[in-house]
Amino acid sequence: MAVPIVYNLRSVRARWVSAIVAVLGIAGTVGVFIAMLSLARGFQATMMSSGSADNALIRRAGATSEIDGTVPLEQVRVIQDAPGVARDGGQPLVSPEVVVIAAFPLIATGTDANVQVRGVSGEVLNVRKNVNMKEGRFFTPGLSELIVGRNVPATYAGLKLSDTVRFGGGNWKVVGVFDAGGSAFDSEVWCDNRVLSQVYKRPESIFSSITVRLTSPAALRELKDSLTSDPRMQVQVDREIDYYEKQSRGLTTLIRVLGTLVAVIMGIGAIFGALNTMYSAVSERSREIATMRAIGFGAGAIVVSFIFEALLIALVGGLIGSIAILPLNGLTTSALNWQTFSHLAFAFRVTPLLLGIGIIFALLMGLIGGVPPAIRAARRPVALALREL
Amino acid sequence: MKFAPLIIANLFRKKLRTTLTIGSFAVAMFLFGILVVIRGAFSQGVDVAGVDRLDVINKVSIIQPLPYSYRDQILRIPGVKAITYDNWFGGVYQDEKNFFPQFAIDPENQRVVFPEFVISDAEWKAFLEDREGAIAGAGIAKRFGWKVGDRIPIKGAIYPGNWEFNIRGIYRGSRDNDDLTQFWFQYKYLDERRQYGKGLVGWYTVKLNSPDDAVRVAKTIDTMFANSPYESKTETEKALASDFAKQFGNIEFLIVSIGGVVFFTLLLVTGNTMAITVRERMGELAVLKAVGFTDRFVLLFVLGESLLIAAIGGVLGLALCKVFTLGGDPTHGFLPFFYLPGPGILLGIGLALTVGILAGILPATSAMRMRVVDALRGV
Repeated sequence: MAVPIVYNLRSVRARWVSAIVAVLGIAGTVGVFIAMLSLARGFQATMMSSGSADNALIRRAGATSEIDGTVPLEQVRVIQDAPGVARDGGQPLVSPEVVVIAAFPLIATGTDANVQVRGVSGEVLNVRKNVNMKEGRFFTPGLSELIVGRNVPATYAGLKLSDTVRFGGGNWKVVGVFDAGGSAFDSEVWCDNRVLSQVYKRPESIFSSITVRLTSPAALRELKDSLTSDPRMQVQVDREIDYYEKQSRGLTTLIRVLGTLVAVIMGIGAIFGALNTMYSAVSERSREIATMRAIGFGAGAIVVSFIFEALLIALVGGLIGSIAILPLNGLTTSALNWQTFSHLAFAFRVTPLLLGIGIIFALLMGLIGGVPPAIRAARRPVALALREL
Repeated sequence: MKFAPLIIANLFRKKLRTTLTIGSFAVAMFLFGILVVIRGAFSQGVDVAGVDRLDVINKVSIIQPLPYSYRDQILRIPGVKAITYDNWFGGVYQDEKNFFPQFAIDPENQRVVFPEFVISDAEWKAFLEDREGAIAGAGIAKRFGWKVGDRIPIKGAIYPGNWEFNIRGIYRGSRDNDDLTQFWFQYKYLDERRQYGKGLVGWYTVKLNSPDDAVRVAKTIDTMFANSPYESKTETEKALASDFAKQFGNIEFLIVSIGGVVFFTLLLVTGNTMAITVRERMGELAVLKAVGFTDRFVLLFVLGESLLIAAIGGVLGLALCKVFTLGGDPTHGFLPFFYLPGPGILLGIGLALTVGILAGILPATSAMRMRVVDALRGV
């Protein structure tokens, strides 16, 4: 016969101080755990949404990121005529790009941060369908004009619409703000690729990377085969989304490793708290337990009852932790991505999956913290416990 | 002090509870240690930066180069003791995961400007004589099992091609927190082989006669190259490192919030345990008072137990953390400075004792205030 649930509810109420302590311990742990995971998730989502399955990114073979790349103009011509490249009225949808970094002061701290500056072709909005102009207009090719991602005006000083900035030996006018749907481009500054090369004194016929719109996601194979077998070309072809996933791996791993480390340590602490609470519950209630055994509840029923009580405390803790962390969802923060060496804004992403993981983590802590005391409760000899009266 | 055995004997009465409480303390202090380590890992560059060094970088950004000809011009400025230059190589050893920084260095002045990196004269001489020679930090040498004489292939990412280097020496740090993950080779080797960017260097590091000259010399350098095609930005090494650290975002805030959550929880757990302990022992504490011990004695007696638990737990946790950090960076290469500094340990012990006092103070005062008659009546 099972011990009635009401018994556990009432005894939790009777020892509410210890129960609250255990609940808060678990809530804190779950909160920190979810917060770290959602940070990693948010960063990864930002990087991943930058890439599209319909696009291919072409770099010089061996270049680890776009900044390292060098693709000469002759090879760009070959790419424009390659199979699998989408066309718009005969014009190939290809954006040869020049990627550099410029230092702009952060509004928050006043210190310089590395901002990715991307010289793009006039076709870029057709190649990258996820980018749309939000305010102002697209830059005029050949002029020193900038368009900036929607996170840029609020993050860096002097890059608001119609501001004029000086960098890389030129004066630039901000003529537009674009919305890249929460991707890494929202933290970038774009301009005409030729103008950027001139200002940065780079050879005009060398590009960092080439982004190509494919006729269909499946056309990647065809394009890759054609370019990698061409003796004139030394390039690597990646699906854009794969490239960005790779670029996000370093920081994502770092946040995950550190977050899990911190959460596991906190989890052990919370388990100790739960054990302490449950052990004192057992020792304070040894008479009650012995009485229940004496009137016929089996050892199994007692174990189940105490584990249930521990799980209840853990569940409440897990729920409080998850609810407390919900306001973080969408909160924007920023960090430096080593792999692209540039500063990037991204938002916490508290997903239902992460909340679920948090609750499971809480129940696990409750289980580990509840089983040993429950077994001890059931094992105490009835006669001995009652004699202590 | 003669009551210390009594306090210790009390700890052994409920062994399980004592163990668990000490355990929670140890875990919290372990976590505290890890947070100090992480914070340090992100700002260590700032702590080890030399005060008498300036970094001269391209005003546009650190990845833009500066001409080699600036070297002699800067050297002529009064107050400049020495100058050296570096160029970022950014190659890949075996796999992209095996990241470590490679620099093409100026062998002539490297050791004058960066005296904290220690290397024997014989190894340095062998490095100078080999055009393809390289010096590796003790940290990466250990990580990849490199020995002097090994030939190391590195695939160029910025400078295409397969580059091979001979390890001619291993450098060590003179302080605990020096970066031992760098890989140095001769600038001449890079400049001869690369196809573009010849005659340009990544950045200069200037050693000053005195840190007091920093502002003046920095201003002189930047004025000298203003309005040229390669404008410069000169900062102290510390300022550059802290700008860089700030780009990592709110790491510090994150760590303080986690630390806060943990301490609040810890305080609750220990306070609760101490309260239970005192409640159970009201009878005997009353006996102590009845046979003539003062209120103050009872207060200190209870506080003493709480403090002892805190001290044992704190020392245990921090010791474990120290052992853990000796195992090295758990992310394999992203955090070159992974170590627990002495002041951090002291701060941790101080915090543990503070929590011990805070957790013990309420039960201790209630024990002090109780009336002997009430407590004994209940027996």
